[in-house]
Amino acid sequence: MAVADNKTEKLEGWNRPPVMEPEGEGELLEVATGPHHPSTHGVFRMDVALDGERVIRLKPVFGYLHRNHEMLAEGMSYLGSMPFTDRLDYICSLTNNWAYALAVEKLTGQEVPERAEYLRVILGELTRFQNHASSIGFLIQEMGASGTPLMYAFREREKILDLFEALTGARMMVNYMRFGGCRVDASAAWLDAARKVVAGLPGFVDEMDRLLSTNEILMARTQGIGILRPELAVNAGVTGPMLRASGVNYDIRKVDGYGIYNRFNFRVPLGDHWDVYDRYMIRLLEMRESIKILEQALKDIPAGPVMDPKAKLRGFRPKPGEAYGRIEAPKGELGFYLISDGGPNPYRYRVRPPSLINLTVLEDMALGENVADVVLIFGSVDIVLGEVDR
Amino acid sequence: MKTVEEIKTAIEAAVPGAGVEIVLNPSVCGQQSLRLAPESALAVATFLRNDAEFRLDYLSNVTGIDWPDCLEAVYHLYSVALKQGPLVIRMRTVNRTDQVELPSLTPVWRSAEFQEREIFDLFGIVFTGHPDLRRILMWDGFKDHPMRRDYVEPDDFEYEPTAHDEVLKRAQEHRSRE
Repeated sequence: MAVADNKTEKLEGWNRPPVMEPEGEGELLEVATGPHHPSTHGVFRMDVALDGERVIRLKPVFGYLHRNHEMLAEGMSYLGSMPFTDRLDYICSLTNNWAYALAVEKLTGQEVPERAEYLRVILGELTRFQNHASSIGFLIQEMGASGTPLMYAFREREKILDLFEALTGARMMVNYMRFGGCRVDASAAWLDAARKVVAGLPGFVDEMDRLLSTNEILMARTQGIGILRPELAVNAGVTGPMLRASGVNYDIRKVDGYGIYNRFNFRVPLGDHWDVYDRYMIRLLEMRESIKILEQALKDIPAGPVMDPKAKLRGFRPKPGEAYGRIEAPKGELGFYLISDGGPNPYRYRVRPPSLINLTVLEDMALGENVADVVLIFGSVDIVLGEVDR
Repeated sequence: MKTVEEIKTAIEAAVPGAGVEIVLNPSVCGQQSLRLAPESALAVATFLRNDAEFRLDYLSNVTGIDWPDCLEAVYHLYSVALKQGPLVIRMRTVNRTDQVELPSLTPVWRSAEFQEREIFDLFGIVFTGHPDLRRILMWDGFKDHPMRRDYVEPDDFEYEPTAHDEVLKRAQEHRSRE
């Protein structure tokens, strides 16, 4: 692997992808993988240059789903863009709601009642669980195991989506959280149903673990592939399970302790080898930690209101100023940055999308690997294009 | 984390003539920020990342803002090593039309790479020193910057064959211009 000199003197080089030279004779093959390719997770394109089977250049191309979400939100009231946040990362709409509500609550100083905080944690962790389960399923499917693990994951996801539907009225486009609480309260019957679902989750994780973790093909295809060094991961702003698989202990639930996360007892799993297998394993272990949080939250949830009765939902005008609220979404740090000019609409509304920023290092991880492994490395990043392109 | 006043003093001691200014935040959140002079921003950024007291090694978020008289880029910094933050730094261009250059902080924090490309694409701030400054969300031949407040949608709508009412009026105007 030839590491070229820096193009400009200011660039430090160590955090740039190396420039790779083709070996021997022969032509380079340039392949546009996508935008409609069975292995891409949506309308995403990778322009790959191949020297034989070896990847020597990779440029991601975005924008096929771009709808200028940020400008849409600047043209409507604060509450008006809450349903649109569902459409960012449509697998995890509840955590999107939460991040946006948190940012507005920071801007206006709105308090959230105890019971609503518990509901947010329960829904957030259920979202994390089903996201990780399906992302493992998709990863294994890209390896060629067409169906089985993904269907197992979707069977479990379906139970969780049923809970979401019973509470919010929708499976994915939930529009559930509000500034100062949640839209509707969970009934005792719903909480019992949630306890029942959560009681079944450890069995599912064990099943996935037995089915996959020591599978010879999975180990051969993922171990030592797509290595991401910790110092590069931090410098490139990688967050979420990707960062922790590179061995960096940074979980915003622990660091910020937003909501009521500092009340719960859970651990942060960290990777040792920084490869695709570690990213798979971190997601599996995080599912186990999510179950721990869910059990504690479902045991302790207090009675009370789910909305601050004094909270203003419509037509409020925050003082001029700005606030940045961030949470640990299943895919990484999801942040909302709001600037108010004293009007009923935000002057500036910015989404910090974990999916887009985690893709910064895609080229670094894929260079020098075989073309078949690029699909796996891409799958291990775990992105949703609704959030990448916004 | 130290207060912004202390950080400002530390920056001025490390980078002479840095020209750092505190920006107040009158909202409830109260998170104040530092405005850097574009000339010294790269040196200040390198200092903030490498200094043992701050170690702001993680750039979380880069935002472009279109103000009436200038464009602004805002950077949210955190420290993964020391688990502290945030520190908000910002830079302003001279105006919105011809002097829209700002120094790129991508050499210091790689996570700015795609985000600065996005701001270049949607707001039109030109980041000097960026290794790969191309459009990211819009296509390469696209003109104009869609997140600017005075952006006008191009009149290239493909009108339906049986246009009527408002759409017909627009279609006729469109065809008369061709």
